[in-house]
Amino acid sequence: MNLNLTLIGQAIAFAVFVWFCMKFVWPPVMQALQERQKKIADGLDAASRATRDLELAQEQAAEQLKESKEQAAQIIEQAHKRSNQMIEEARDNARLEGERMIESARGEIEQETQRAKEELRTQVATLAIQGAERILDSSIDEAKHRELVDKLAAEL
Amino acid sequence: MAGNNPTSSEYIQHHLQNMTFGLHPEHGLGLAHSAQEAQEMGFWAIHLDTMAWSIGLGILFLWVFRMVAKTATTGVPSGLQNFVEMMVEFVDNSVRETFHGKSKLIAPLSLTIFCWIFLMNLMDLVPVDFLPMLAQKIGAWFGADPAHVYFKVVPTTDVNATLGMSLAVFALIIFYSIREKGLSGFVAELTLHPFNASNPFVQALLIPANFLLEAVTLLAKPVSLALRLFGNLYAGELIFILIAMIGLWQLPLHFAWATFHLLIITLQAFIFMMLTIVYLSMATEKH
Repeated sequence: MNLNLTLIGQAIAFAVFVWFCMKFVWPPVMQALQERQKKIADGLDAASRATRDLELAQEQAAEQLKESKEQAAQIIEQAHKRSNQMIEEARDNARLEGERMIESARGEIEQETQRAKEELRTQVATLAIQGAERILDSSIDEAKHRELVDKLAAEL
Repeated sequence: MAGNNPTSSEYIQHHLQNMTFGLHPEHGLGLAHSAQEAQEMGFWAIHLDTMAWSIGLGILFLWVFRMVAKTATTGVPSGLQNFVEMMVEFVDNSVRETFHGKSKLIAPLSLTIFCWIFLMNLMDLVPVDFLPMLAQKIGAWFGADPAHVYFKVVPTTDVNATLGMSLAVFALIIFYSIREKGLSGFVAELTLHPFNASNPFVQALLIPANFLLEAVTLLAKPVSLALRLFGNLYAGELIFILIAMIGLWQLPLHFAWATFHLLIITLQAFIFMMLTIVYLSMATEKH
């Protein structure tokens, strides 16, 4: 338990160890630690950035979806309108055609009736003359009375 | 046990004697054969066991840390690198919390102190007879008397080792004080506190009293630093030796004391480191 040269030896050894530690041990370890710290920070940064990007993309996708849905609805609406229009047009055409057909039929009927009347008139005149001939037994001047009967027939 | 049935006190004394190499006034250059001879060698003798173990452990510490430092990657650290980084971060945090100045020296200094002292203290857990017996066998093989082969394995139970370190720290304290405050500032700190007066004559009278108080405060730092570590470890070692003397029952007792001592070992290494940081931070701060 006596103080001796060991004291100085220890102090020197201590100084050398500290110097070595300061020169060759501490800096590389600290550098590695700091680099890793930076790397982790960068990684976290990138992760948060990626999350933000993802959110943005999701938002964009949702917006696009909404837009396209609106467009589709618009197109369907237009198609509906168009089809209604077409049905309306077809209905109008049909009605016009029908009316036209009815009109022409009516005209024909009129003509037919006229002709029938005409025929009837002539026949009635003949019949009347024949009847009268039979009744008067040819005493009548045919030419004289013919005019009279024609007048009568025209009055029919 | 040493020699032919030594008495208890002989056994203890044998265990507490360092292997001293020096110039004896009568026997010339060589190893001391007794505590008496070691005493007679005076200051110019050296404790071979203390030096060998402390330097060996210091090299072990630096070798392991250097190996890791060389291959340190920024990726996921492996087991040993993890451990080294943990130690470095722990020391770095301690230094950051206490020492507010800027210094490239303090952190590595603290790391060296903590790890080196911890390793030296750890030698205390090797069974007290194991290495000394081995040394005696080797000594006997070389033809020496086993009873006179002294071998102490725990460098921190040698007051020279602890005082050597604390004196180095003391030198740093003075160096930092002078660097930060200048020589005049350092002298002023020693002489103008804690008593001062506006009257120059009274002040001159107060200077010796101030100097006495401040010098004691300053000198107490390295002395207390060294003796605290030495005292704790010496007492621990002594208890291990006492336990080793009681026969078979030493095993559970040894285990219990070793478990408790593990705490002391770590704590003393930590205290030495923390106090070094505190002293150096006090030296750099202006009042």
